[in-house]
Amino acid sequence: MAYSYQLKRVDFIFRNENDWEKVLSSTIKKKPDEIINELISSELKGRGGAGFPTGLKWKLTAESKASDKYVICNADEGEPGTFKDREILSKVPYKVLTAMAVCGYVTGAKEGFIYLRGEYKFLEKELNKVIDEFQYYCKEINLDFSIKIFMGSGAYICGEETALMESMEGRRGEPRNKPPFPTQAGYMDKPTVVNNVETLVHTWTIFKYGAKKFYDLGVQYSRGTKLFSVSGDTPKPGIYELELGMSLQDFVYEFGDGDTKAVQVGGASGFLVPRKKFKDTAIGYEGKLVGISLPTGGSMMLFNSSRSMFNVLDNYLEFFREESCGQCTPCRVGCQQLLLGIKAVKRGEKPAAYLDKLLKLTETMQLTAKCGLGQSVANSFSSIVENFREEMIY
Amino acid sequence: MNPIQSLIKDLVDQYGRNRESLLPVMQGVVRQEMYLSEYSMVEIAREMDIPAAEVFGTATFYSFLETKPAGKYIIRVCKTITCAMKGKNQLLFAIQDMLKIKIGETTPDKRFTLLETNCLGWCHKAPAMLINDDVYTEVTPERVREILSGYMKEII
Repeated sequence: MAYSYQLKRVDFIFRNENDWEKVLSSTIKKKPDEIINELISSELKGRGGAGFPTGLKWKLTAESKASDKYVICNADEGEPGTFKDREILSKVPYKVLTAMAVCGYVTGAKEGFIYLRGEYKFLEKELNKVIDEFQYYCKEINLDFSIKIFMGSGAYICGEETALMESMEGRRGEPRNKPPFPTQAGYMDKPTVVNNVETLVHTWTIFKYGAKKFYDLGVQYSRGTKLFSVSGDTPKPGIYELELGMSLQDFVYEFGDGDTKAVQVGGASGFLVPRKKFKDTAIGYEGKLVGISLPTGGSMMLFNSSRSMFNVLDNYLEFFREESCGQCTPCRVGCQQLLLGIKAVKRGEKPAAYLDKLLKLTETMQLTAKCGLGQSVANSFSSIVENFREEMIY
Repeated sequence: MNPIQSLIKDLVDQYGRNRESLLPVMQGVVRQEMYLSEYSMVEIAREMDIPAAEVFGTATFYSFLETKPAGKYIIRVCKTITCAMKGKNQLLFAIQDMLKIKIGETTPDKRFTLLETNCLGWCHKAPAMLINDDVYTEVTPERVREILSGYMKEII
């Protein structure tokens, strides 16, 4: 097989630029509409994993009428295999803060929060220093926008935006029903923009270099670049910024150890792609490039042939069972039963056909669970069980 | 006023009496006391005028808000997939062997509590662990013995 394609490495996010004052002051000289149109034309989509168009989110919040509005930077990075947001916040925090302030200017929000996961508590002190410096400059240019850090306390589900807001309001992090969406009624029932850390940094790139520069990267439906957190059986684990739209085959060629059996795209709530499907899988948002295309929050975990897929699935289900908030039955009971179920099949207490029953159960969870956690358990479960059925049984 | 009451009062004065301050207040108590006792939860409820059941319900939701007595240093070893693949079990055995406690237990001198936790976000440098807020990555059994020896020298 010929490998002609080179992964396109780019360097925008971690490029060290010391001109945030200039970017901020020149961006807020533009009209809010202008900024929103710029974002919409860049086709930037949310980088936390769900992929909602960022420009549209800001627009909807700007159009909501309310006395108070909020901007929240979601730094509750809990998806197994993702660690890019931590790196952004420790290396280029001022880009995130600038983007939040511009978002406040565009939407009319006066207050911003960074919801930082408890596991990243060690970042708090440095980040607060940068915030102080930033606030000082905001005062100088008469921009009325304050930023505070809100510490999480170890709950994966709080990365879900409505659970995050419940948590900030001092309650259990249980997701809310949607609609209303946060753009209408979010934190304290006020219109709220919740953006992932990386999404905000991409808006900085767009403010500084223009929408066209961003749009020209990547492929149709999946514009721009993305940070990938690469871990598992790879000789070079780490964080890499790549153009979207690459084929998984090229990714494995670059990052694999020569014996890659499968890649988990998008963390435990994403999909496992076996070797035979690498060629037909592209990394990006919906819209077919070659075969299937998978969106991702950037988690790429590689497994080589020494790994048992049963152990992998067992580990994921253990994770979901613990992190399920317990609010809705399909997810609370479903996660427990899936875990018990695969163990029973492995021990031979249940016949192999029982796996099909479990697959039905994940379908039910996908249809009836209240939030993304319960709905997405089906992704990894079905992609592992369907592709590595024999490993589940023997 | 006993020390816990005055700690809670200070925290509530600092963060405010509205419900949004509940998490910061509880985090403040845990920072000092290492866990939330039933007594502290009732005191928080009284001070903030929130039903005690609500305080309990919120506290028990979050894995970093311990509600059982814990040692001065809480060791949290990541057990999620990449760390599991890269030797988390060897790490756990080394710690258990050295401290003579099992997962979930606290040493008799109240110095260490050993726990497992979900993804810490250091998969590229697995296995990882937290000791209170400090992160240790690519921890081998040899290194963990050195790290813990450092903590043991400290007078508590």
